[in-house]
Amino acid sequence: MHYEAPIRKPLIEGEKSYHDITVDVVRPVESSAPRSWWLVFSLALLAFLWGVGCILYTIGVGIGTWGLNKTVGWAWDITNFVWWVGIGHAGTLISAVLLLFRQKWRMSINRSAEAMTIFSVIQAALFPGIHMGRIWLAYFVLPIPNQFGSLWVNFNSPLLWDVFAISTYFSVSVVFWYVGLIPDFAMIRDRAVKPVQKHIYKILSFGWGGKAKHWQRFEEVSLVLAGLATPLVLSVHTIVSMDFATSVIPGWHTTIFPPYFVAGAIFSGFAMVQTLLIIVRKMFKMEEYITIEHIEMMNIVIMLTGSIVGIAYITELFIAWYSGVEYEQYAFLNRATGPYWWAYWSMMTCNVFSPQFMWFKKLRTSIMFTFFISIIVNIGMWFERFVIIVTSLHRDYLPSSWSMFSPTFVDIGIFIGTIGFFFVLFLLYARTFPVIAQAELKTILKSSGDNYKKLQEKQEHVEH
Amino acid sequence: MSSTNQTIINALYDDDDVLLSGVKEVRGKGLEIQEVYSPFPIHGLDKAMGLKETRIAIAAFLYGVLGLTTAISMTYGMMIVDWPMNIGGKPSFSWGENMPAFVPIMFELTVFFAAHLMVWTFFFRNRIYPGAKAQNPDPRTTDDKFLMEVVAGGDHSDEDIMALLKDTGAIEVSVNTAEHD
Repeated sequence: MHYEAPIRKPLIEGEKSYHDITVDVVRPVESSAPRSWWLVFSLALLAFLWGVGCILYTIGVGIGTWGLNKTVGWAWDITNFVWWVGIGHAGTLISAVLLLFRQKWRMSINRSAEAMTIFSVIQAALFPGIHMGRIWLAYFVLPIPNQFGSLWVNFNSPLLWDVFAISTYFSVSVVFWYVGLIPDFAMIRDRAVKPVQKHIYKILSFGWGGKAKHWQRFEEVSLVLAGLATPLVLSVHTIVSMDFATSVIPGWHTTIFPPYFVAGAIFSGFAMVQTLLIIVRKMFKMEEYITIEHIEMMNIVIMLTGSIVGIAYITELFIAWYSGVEYEQYAFLNRATGPYWWAYWSMMTCNVFSPQFMWFKKLRTSIMFTFFISIIVNIGMWFERFVIIVTSLHRDYLPSSWSMFSPTFVDIGIFIGTIGFFFVLFLLYARTFPVIAQAELKTILKSSGDNYKKLQEKQEHVEH
Repeated sequence: MSSTNQTIINALYDDDDVLLSGVKEVRGKGLEIQEVYSPFPIHGLDKAMGLKETRIAIAAFLYGVLGLTTAISMTYGMMIVDWPMNIGGKPSFSWGENMPAFVPIMFELTVFFAAHLMVWTFFFRNRIYPGAKAQNPDPRTTDDKFLMEVVAGGDHSDEDIMALLKDTGAIEVSVNTAEHD
């Protein structure tokens, strides 16, 4: 009944029982924070506050404080927007797509990956908001008549599709995440001894009691949500790519964008999951749940999606040449050899070259190396968006309009601020939420726990 | 379930497989199981208890249809009837001609309605809401214990049932006359 092929490595190490899982998952919540947590949290908080200052300055003075000019009207803000949305994709991929494929290794990482999704989509949503200039008119994107007259939003515009895609994606991810959290909050509630803590987790757990009928519905709801979230996550980055692909700018106006953006999103998202989980497993001693096996699996995904992204880059180059369109050809030649060559080659090195190291088992099972590559990949994916956006814009159709972009301290400050905000949210989550979906994990203990696997092997030897 | 003053016998287990075989045995004896509380979903428990299949996926499908209808009426009303706009040469004379540009909106709203309304249904049907009283009578059942509630009565005496439950591997058996909802 709890059979799993012996060739599969255990996903839970350290001879755990059900109770051990409870205790290990609840430990960061019940104990006080390690010193390293406070250190990272303070740094993140400082960066966040700096970002808040820069955002307030932008809103007060206007987006003239950014490095934008008449030719390059989109730069760091949209780069950051696409980068953060892309990072968000891995969470849904792990919790939804891997659920549909019945991949058990998702179980000890899906909670944190999905938290990452939610927190990074929050960062992403900030950028279009402040780029509007007059943020108090942000309600213009809602399907209500502008100025409450009779002019409606434009449903033909990819920018409006984006509003619908991002808000659906964000809210469905939150709900998916929360439904999974309810049984785990109930577990913390039933263990809590401090009255305030007990009360908070009582509110959060919605009174969950684990009745058989409720579990039956729970499993069905998870499955249907996964089925809905899978096409949803693909649609989100597809629509983000259409913001570019439907405009007539050489370098943007290509049909390869949707699949290429989705692959890139998964690529960067998995890299961020690696960065975060390597910190979490160390800080909260979760090495027995987030094992080398998990890290290796994610590295293989990084290698695969990195290679897809690489093929997309090369296809773009080939099609630019093969199309015979001079503007398109120039756009790509300019990317590789123009004034932004360094951005292009950083992108190529980080995204195409570096994941190829993962072909070596020694490297993809090394934690230090994985952490290093995960940072490199995220830098590379930021450069990818910068290259697509800025190098396509800075050479306008009229050479008299050609210009360059350089960020001001406000551009940089807001970007650093979102990184700070992201880590503030994630670190608060890691201290107060169950970072591992323990209820789900308990269902695979008997098939994938190392003690049970050993037992199974012994029994098989007796039988034969 | 019923809120009469019937006697309930609680049996606490410490293993999901033992509980599952216990459920089968108890039902085989013709006894009614009122509820089972477990810390995680147990594969096959709903069938063993004779629970009907959940219809929540059907509900989700209907909510999706509602979302799709909303998207179609919204784009039709706003872009075709109330204020047709010629943007980028995309035809706005009829909804059908303009439809390809509305596909993303139609898709997103279908998912939005299906997901959210299904989860609201899930909360409503399970009677769970922020601040609700914990439904499990024993707090250990969210950790590593499994609780089976058996309705006493019929041809079996309470003692017989308790002995049977002990035989199935229960680690604690007790009689509970408190009112249940």
